[in-house]
Amino acid sequence: MPEFLQFAFSGLTVGAIYALVALGFTLIYNASGVINFAQGEFVMLGGMVTVFAHAAGLPLPLAALTALVTAVVIGLALYRLAIEPARGASPVTLIIITIGASILLRGATSIVFDKNFHSLPPYAGRDPWIVGGAALLPQSLIVLGGAAGIVAALWYFLTRTLTGKAVLATAANRLAARLVGINTNAVVGLSFAVSAAIGAIGGILMTPITFTSYDSGTLLALKGFAAAMLGGMGNPLGAVVGGLMVGLLEAFSAGYISSSYKDAVAFLVILGVLFLMPQGLFGRSGVERV
Amino acid sequence: MMRRFVQSPYAVVLVLAIVVAILPLLLPSLFYLRVAALICIFALAVVGLNLLIGFAGQVSLGHAGFFGIGAYAVAVGPTHLGIPPWLALIVGAIAFLVGRPILRLRGHYLAVATLGMGLLFAMVFANESAWTGGPDGMPVPRLELFGWRMAGPWTWYWIAGVTLVIGAWIAANVIASPTGRALRAIHDSETAAQVLGIDVARYKLIAFVLSAVYAAVAGAYLAMFDGLVTPEVAGFLRSIEFVTMAVLGGLGSTLGGIVGAALLVLLPQLLTVFHDYEHIALGLVMIVVMIFVPAGIVPSLASLLGWRRS
Repeated sequence: MPEFLQFAFSGLTVGAIYALVALGFTLIYNASGVINFAQGEFVMLGGMVTVFAHAAGLPLPLAALTALVTAVVIGLALYRLAIEPARGASPVTLIIITIGASILLRGATSIVFDKNFHSLPPYAGRDPWIVGGAALLPQSLIVLGGAAGIVAALWYFLTRTLTGKAVLATAANRLAARLVGINTNAVVGLSFAVSAAIGAIGGILMTPITFTSYDSGTLLALKGFAAAMLGGMGNPLGAVVGGLMVGLLEAFSAGYISSSYKDAVAFLVILGVLFLMPQGLFGRSGVERV
Repeated sequence: MMRRFVQSPYAVVLVLAIVVAILPLLLPSLFYLRVAALICIFALAVVGLNLLIGFAGQVSLGHAGFFGIGAYAVAVGPTHLGIPPWLALIVGAIAFLVGRPILRLRGHYLAVATLGMGLLFAMVFANESAWTGGPDGMPVPRLELFGWRMAGPWTWYWIAGVTLVIGAWIAANVIASPTGRALRAIHDSETAAQVLGIDVARYKLIAFVLSAVYAAVAGAYLAMFDGLVTPEVAGFLRSIEFVTMAVLGGLGSTLGGIVGAALLVLLPQLLTVFHDYEHIALGLVMIVVMIFVPAGIVPSLASLLGWRRS
C-alpha cells in the first residue's frame, strides 16, 4: 500500500505538468487549429529563465515573474512572426513551422544560458511528509495545487468572462465569431499568450523536482501532445484527465513493471484507447463535410 | 515540348538518373561523396514517406521506427540469427499488421498513434541489450556479395544512388496508376472517395506498407554504410526529420522529397561554420521557407516557372 501511494504521488505530480502542457496544446488548437510543438519550450523557458534570473540576484518571485513575462512575449512573437504570416497553410506546414520554432528556441536558450542541468531550491521546505507510509514532498503539493489553480482560473476565464466567451466562440466557429464582431486575430494571439503563460508556470513549478535544461522541452511536448490526444483533442477537461493518466501510467509501470519501459506502457495504453475510441476519451466524433 | 516533358512523372526519374550518374565526377573529395551517399539514402526514405503523406494525406510521425527496423535487421539478423540482411524487408509484414488498426485513425489521432508506434520500436532497440547492444548500439557485419565486400563511400554511393532512381521510378509508376488516383481521392476527402467506391482502408494500407518498405531499405543502407547502428536511428527526432524533409521540399512531389532530403543533410554541414548558432539557423530556415513557400520548394518553384498543371 505505501508503495502504491508513493507511485500515485509521483505520477500525479508529473501528470499535473503533462496536463498543463496538454492544456496549452488544446487552447492554441481550439483557437487556431495549429498543433504547437513549441509548447514544451515554454515549460523549459519558465524553468531556465527563473533559474538564471534567480542566480543573477533577483528574488525568487520576481525571477518567476520575469520567466512568465519572457515566455508570454515569446509566445506572442511566435504567433505574430511565424504563425500569422503563414495563415491558410496546410496543417502539416504549420506543424513544421512550430517544430522549427522549437529548434530555434532550444538553440537560442543554449547560447543565452548554457547546456547544463539546473534546479531550484524547493519553495516550501525539503522535508517530506509521511502519508500512509509514503513520502509526499511539499513541492509536489505545490505543483498539484498550482495546476489545479490554473485549471480553475482557466475555467472561470472561459465561462465567466466576455473575453473567455470570445475565445470559446472563436473555437466553435471562426467565421461566425467574426460576424458577431469578435476580433478573432486578437483571440488567437491571446490564446498563444495564455498557453505560453500556462507552460511557463508549469516549468517554474516543476523545476525544483525534475531539473531543467535547454532541451527538456521536446519530451514534454511529446507527452503533452499524447495526453491531449488521449483526452480528445480540443477538450480542456480531456487534456487534464489525459495528462494525469499519462503521468500515473508512467509512474505505475516504472514502479511495478520496468523503468526502462515506462513510456512504452503509457503509449500502449494510448494506442489501445484510440483503437476503441478513435476520438479520444472525451472527443466528439466529427462529421466530414464533402 | 519542354512543358510536356517536365509534367511527365517520368521526367523526374530521367533527370535524377542523369544527376546521380554525373554527380561523382563533380565532387572534389571522398567526403562529398559520403555526403552524397547520405543524401541518396535519406531521399529514398522521404520518397516513400511522400507517397503516404503527400498523396494519401496520412501523416506519420513514426517512420523512423521502420527505418530503425531496417537498420537493426541487417545488424541483428546476420549477427545473432545467421540470416541474411534481406530480412530487413520483413518490415513490409510488420507495417501490414500495424497499419491495419492504426490507419483507422484520422488526422492528428493518426499522428499520435504513429508517434507512439515509432517510440515503442525505439524503446525495444534501446532496452533489449542482449540483442541490440542497448543504447551504445551494435556493429553491422559487412555484407559480401559474390566475394565482393560492400564497403566504402564509392560502393555505397552507387548502391544508394541506383536504388534511389529505382525507388523514384516505382513511385512514379504508383502515382500514375489507378492506385495513385485513389490515393489522391482519399487525400481530398475520405468520405467522397468511399462514396466513389474506393476501398479507402485498402489503399491507405498500400501506401503505408510501401512507405514503410522504402524507409526500411533506407535504414538498412544507412546501417551497412556506417557499419554501426544505435537506437537514435529510430528516434522521434529522426521521424520529425523525415516529415520535415518531405514538407520543405514539397509534399506530393517526388523531386521535392529528394530536394528536401538534400537540403536537410547539407544544411547541418554548411551550418557548422556558425558553430553554436547552428540550431538557430536551422530553425530559422524551416520557419522562413514554410512561410514564404508553404507548398514546399519544388512545387512553388515549378508554379513560378509556369511548369505546373493548373
